[in-house]
Amino acid sequence: MSILDKHKILEKNVSLLLVGSLVVVSIGGLVEIAPLFYFQNTIEKVEGMRPYTPLELAGRNIYIREGCYACHSQMIRPFRDEVERYGQYSLAAESMYDHPFQWGSKRTGPDLARVGGRYSNEWQVKHLTDPRSLVPESIMPKYGFLSKTKLDFENYGAHLRANQLVGVPYSAAQVENVIADVVAQATTDADISGLEERYTYDGRFSVPLGDFDGNPDEITEMDAMVAYLQMLGTLVDFSTYVPAESR
Amino acid sequence: MRHLSGTIILGIGTLLAVLGAAFAADPLFRAHALILALTLGIATIVMARLVQVNGNKEVDKSGYMDEPIRIGVILTIFWGVIGFLQGVLIATALAWPEFNLEPWFNLGRMRPVHTSAVVFAFGGTALLTTSFYVVQRTCRARLWGGDGLTWFVFWGYQLFIVMAATGYLLGITQGREYAEPEWYVDIWLTIVWVAYLVVFMGTLVKRKEKHIYVANWFYLAFIVTIAMLHVVNNLAVPVSFLGIKSYSLFAGVQDAMTQWWYGHNAVGFFLTAGFLGMMYYFLPKQAQRPVYSYRLSIIHFWSLIFLYIWAGPHHLHYTALPDWTQTLGMAFSIMLWMPSWGGMINGLMTLSGAWDKIRTDPIIRMMVMSLAFYGMSTFEGPVMAIKAVNSLSHYTDWTIGHVHSGALGWVGMITFGAIYFLVPRLWGRKQLYSLRLVNWHFWLATLGIVIYVSALWVAGITQGLMWKTYDSQGFLVYSFAESVAALYPYYVLRMIAGLLYLTGGTIMAWNVYKTIRGDVRNEKPMASPAAQPAE
Repeated sequence: MSILDKHKILEKNVSLLLVGSLVVVSIGGLVEIAPLFYFQNTIEKVEGMRPYTPLELAGRNIYIREGCYACHSQMIRPFRDEVERYGQYSLAAESMYDHPFQWGSKRTGPDLARVGGRYSNEWQVKHLTDPRSLVPESIMPKYGFLSKTKLDFENYGAHLRANQLVGVPYSAAQVENVIADVVAQATTDADISGLEERYTYDGRFSVPLGDFDGNPDEITEMDAMVAYLQMLGTLVDFSTYVPAESR
Repeated sequence: MRHLSGTIILGIGTLLAVLGAAFAADPLFRAHALILALTLGIATIVMARLVQVNGNKEVDKSGYMDEPIRIGVILTIFWGVIGFLQGVLIATALAWPEFNLEPWFNLGRMRPVHTSAVVFAFGGTALLTTSFYVVQRTCRARLWGGDGLTWFVFWGYQLFIVMAATGYLLGITQGREYAEPEWYVDIWLTIVWVAYLVVFMGTLVKRKEKHIYVANWFYLAFIVTIAMLHVVNNLAVPVSFLGIKSYSLFAGVQDAMTQWWYGHNAVGFFLTAGFLGMMYYFLPKQAQRPVYSYRLSIIHFWSLIFLYIWAGPHHLHYTALPDWTQTLGMAFSIMLWMPSWGGMINGLMTLSGAWDKIRTDPIIRMMVMSLAFYGMSTFEGPVMAIKAVNSLSHYTDWTIGHVHSGALGWVGMITFGAIYFLVPRLWGRKQLYSLRLVNWHFWLATLGIVIYVSALWVAGITQGLMWKTYDSQGFLVYSFAESVAALYPYYVLRMIAGLLYLTGGTIMAWNVYKTIRGDVRNEKPMASPAAQPAE
């Protein structure tokens, strides 16, 4: 076992031991991560994917802040039971603008990848405020305070700009009209022509609209949260989607 | 004028934190900066009281630097008890949701407090402390870089813990599991961690032993790999330099892969390689036997650190991650079984000729039990990484049970063993206050783990099967809510198991406190003389 005897060299030289370890631990990550940025078939070609509206992005940030990902996944696996329970299995393209991803790792509560449009706004607000009033078996915490907290969205232009920097294709018009777009999306019967123009992708305008929290006097964190939940999984036009043979 | 420069630096830090609060871009950053100012302000006052204007009393710097190790042992126990208590609290909230108090103490915010308290506060402080102890003894050299640098690493890490935990409760999180702290806390940890690497490397360089002892290979690999993982996984663009929020550099698939490359190797290098370093020093010392096989330690060290890095994708089986990556992750996870058991075998076989100590020495018993749990969870892991098994186990409580057999069994028990070894030596006591209390700790912890793991096996498999159950006409039988209701008894059992483990931890705290005071409990010895083996 002469090769093992040569290990003495490493054992007597700190720098060699450090560099050797670093090289050995780098390989796996390089092989598994780097190609994901280059292989064309990593992210499917789909129609309808769009960046989040500022209201939805604010809702998503509340979702992250409250740690919803600790108990809810957003990743439907291609199994018969999951597709029947939650809908079409999730595609990579559907989280291509998610910084960070929120696939989750645990289902203490159900998957939310396609919860958008499943329940009414009233149901979502009531459920978030007091989950057990609608689902007696639920063990979810209460989030009624979202209705009482005014949404801080004046500086969301900066959030969209930060997203631009990490690669989300927000247009200059989308960044400039953040406040107008939040108000238009969260107000009943508002003039949505600008919002519609800015967030129509591949001929589809799939942005949930209305006064989500049932309180027309102010735009709250509950508005943002429900707007986010109502759009989850609704963007891609599956009538034109053709799955790749392998990837 | 010792401590003067430290006082000034802390004072400036306090001032900067106050300025940060004054010009904060959002209210949460203001709150967090005020917490920082308060923490640093208290530290400044404590430090200022230590300043000796005319004190020329030189500190003896010829020996080992053991003061941070003494404080580290106490803090490890403190964070352990806090982390276990936090676990019991969230287990209670899962069984009885009324225990969620919105908004600050809802489960989503409390859960990262538990995971970080156990992994980074308890585990991290234990690793920092023991690595400083081990590297000095095995190199026969005082820590390199001057005492100031070591204290910076030590207290800088504690500051990271405080900032991370208070941030979670306020709602400051990146939403990346086990990497929740936001960008500015991450930058702080990076600085502290690089200083840690410098102290550790420097001490190795000035060693008086020809060979670098095997425990230090593992500690070194742990420190350098964690640095790599931490930096890459936390790449992000902040919205404002005085605001909490940042957006991860990567999105979707690539972000998921990076996160679980990090996440699995937080297990692999923080909770495994680092603690193997601990095992390679304290087990042979306590057993007073040499490490079983030098060659096995070489083979299993290099294969372990090489293979672990590949295992991340098994957290993403059947997701939108491309199949080739999933297949690689599964294959390497299964291979990882071998080097893992190499470590277990090397540890257990070190007891050759000293097996009788399991009966007479509860500290050895703890270390052996930790290796047994290490072996069990590193077998269970590869099994769960097989895609067919994972299709059932993923998203269920089985995963939580698996993590706890590793964390409570392996990480917890080996740390307790090291603490019981260290305390009498660090405070110059002949013996522990009570070996019988160590025995009580051992059995409470073991019982807790066994109940915990079995309850969550049943819970996880129940959950997985209920989700997939069809009736004869091809309809799903159970609603999701029914699967939640079915788990109630197991969640209660899990809470009780956690309570047992927590009780063991508090008994340890008491035992250590009495030992430091120099008390010895009046008790019958653990083994009767008649039962001594004939050697």
